[in-house]
Amino acid sequence: MSDEEDIILADLPDDELVQQMFDDLYDGLKEEIEEAVHILLGRDWEPYRILTEALVGGMTIVGHDFRDGILFVPEVLLAANAMKGGMFILKPLLAETGAPQVGKMVIGTVKGDIHDIGKNLVGMMMEGAGFEVIDLGINNAVEAYLEAIENEKPDILGMSALLTTTMPYMKVVIDTMVEKGIRDDYTILVGGAPLNEEFGKAIGADAYCRDAAVAVETAKTFMARKHNQQAAH
Amino acid sequence: MLNDETLTNEGLAASGAGPILLLACGALAHEVLALKRINGWDHMDLTCLPAKLHLYPDKITEAVEEAVKKHREKYEQIFVLYADCGTGGLLEAKCEELGVDMLQGPHCYSFFQGVEDFGSKIDDEFTSFYLTDFLVKQFDAFVWRPMGLDKHPELRDMIFGNYTQLVYQAQTKDPKLVEKAKECADRLGLEYVYRFTGYGDLEREMASKA
Repeated sequence: MSDEEDIILADLPDDELVQQMFDDLYDGLKEEIEEAVHILLGRDWEPYRILTEALVGGMTIVGHDFRDGILFVPEVLLAANAMKGGMFILKPLLAETGAPQVGKMVIGTVKGDIHDIGKNLVGMMMEGAGFEVIDLGINNAVEAYLEAIENEKPDILGMSALLTTTMPYMKVVIDTMVEKGIRDDYTILVGGAPLNEEFGKAIGADAYCRDAAVAVETAKTFMARKHNQQAAH
Repeated sequence: MLNDETLTNEGLAASGAGPILLLACGALAHEVLALKRINGWDHMDLTCLPAKLHLYPDKITEAVEEAVKKHREKYEQIFVLYADCGTGGLLEAKCEELGVDMLQGPHCYSFFQGVEDFGSKIDDEFTSFYLTDFLVKQFDAFVWRPMGLDKHPELRDMIFGNYTQLVYQAQTKDPKLVEKAKECADRLGLEYVYRFTGYGDLEREMASKA
């Protein structure tokens, strides 16, 4: 998607700069993204607007092309790395400017599994969509999830697994939550390469999310439903 | 002579001989042919799907189904030489539906080592990255290039940072492969562990159908 000619980002009007950021995210150009974020801040863009319109907008295109088999893991990682650069600048500013908080999520890879690329992408996109994300990292036993949801009181619990051997552990976590009578206090989203919708249903999750973009949309839908239910009571 | 690039990208055509067809992953072709030769299993024919399907596990089930349907008229029995291989149980369900048997276990690392032994060590070894003979030989095609490390070596620690060791599960005793496996571990920044497995449960399972 990149052009060969040198582009001076600061010379571009806002709409073209945002388009250029989409291209630069697609190409995984972290320094260019950081520069563009600074330029937009200098033009008095709200941090939240930069995040949603430029960064999340660009990553959504990356996500679609990954889903459609046009981009592969390395390209997505480079794009994520570039977005991370932009997020690093925006994060403290978002807190200062009181960006809207859509909800809170605890997320982690299950016990016996060290794969975190997908989980990290989901976490980043959820943050981009205005969720507060508590990332438990990899290899989480049921106790770690329970402790985190007790301390953090999230709206959503996200679990990830990449292995056929570790994905059944998600059911252990959900069953434990059922036993403790807390299952229905949380929306549970699951994801990972070997999972599918049937598996998500079979273990009692609320939804299986095939990629980060779907995770964000699903999370937003569940949050809207929760708000509607609260409003109805 | 089998060509690894062909096995990776195209697979292997059946010869049409014998009442039993082994429908295997291209990554197993050398081992299956060796077992046929050693045991005199001439009544077993072999066809392989491209080994590169392993890079897209969601495509394996459909490819196996297609191959079973294509070949089932010509053979009395088809034995699918795939384990779950990242299909999340979908391949097992499909094989059951098609009425064909498949290998036990989650993947080739487990059946080469022995499904039971692999399972018993997993709590201590879940930070291991495994290579077999085929994967050592095809390391660049299956690991280095698909992960983009040829163009972006800086991604290495994002992808492999949580692993601690590379376990080379050797099916044959080949000093050249040992050297190459050590080099693969170095390139990934992982500790090197050598483990001779031979053909493990693959031989036992093939024998049960022979």
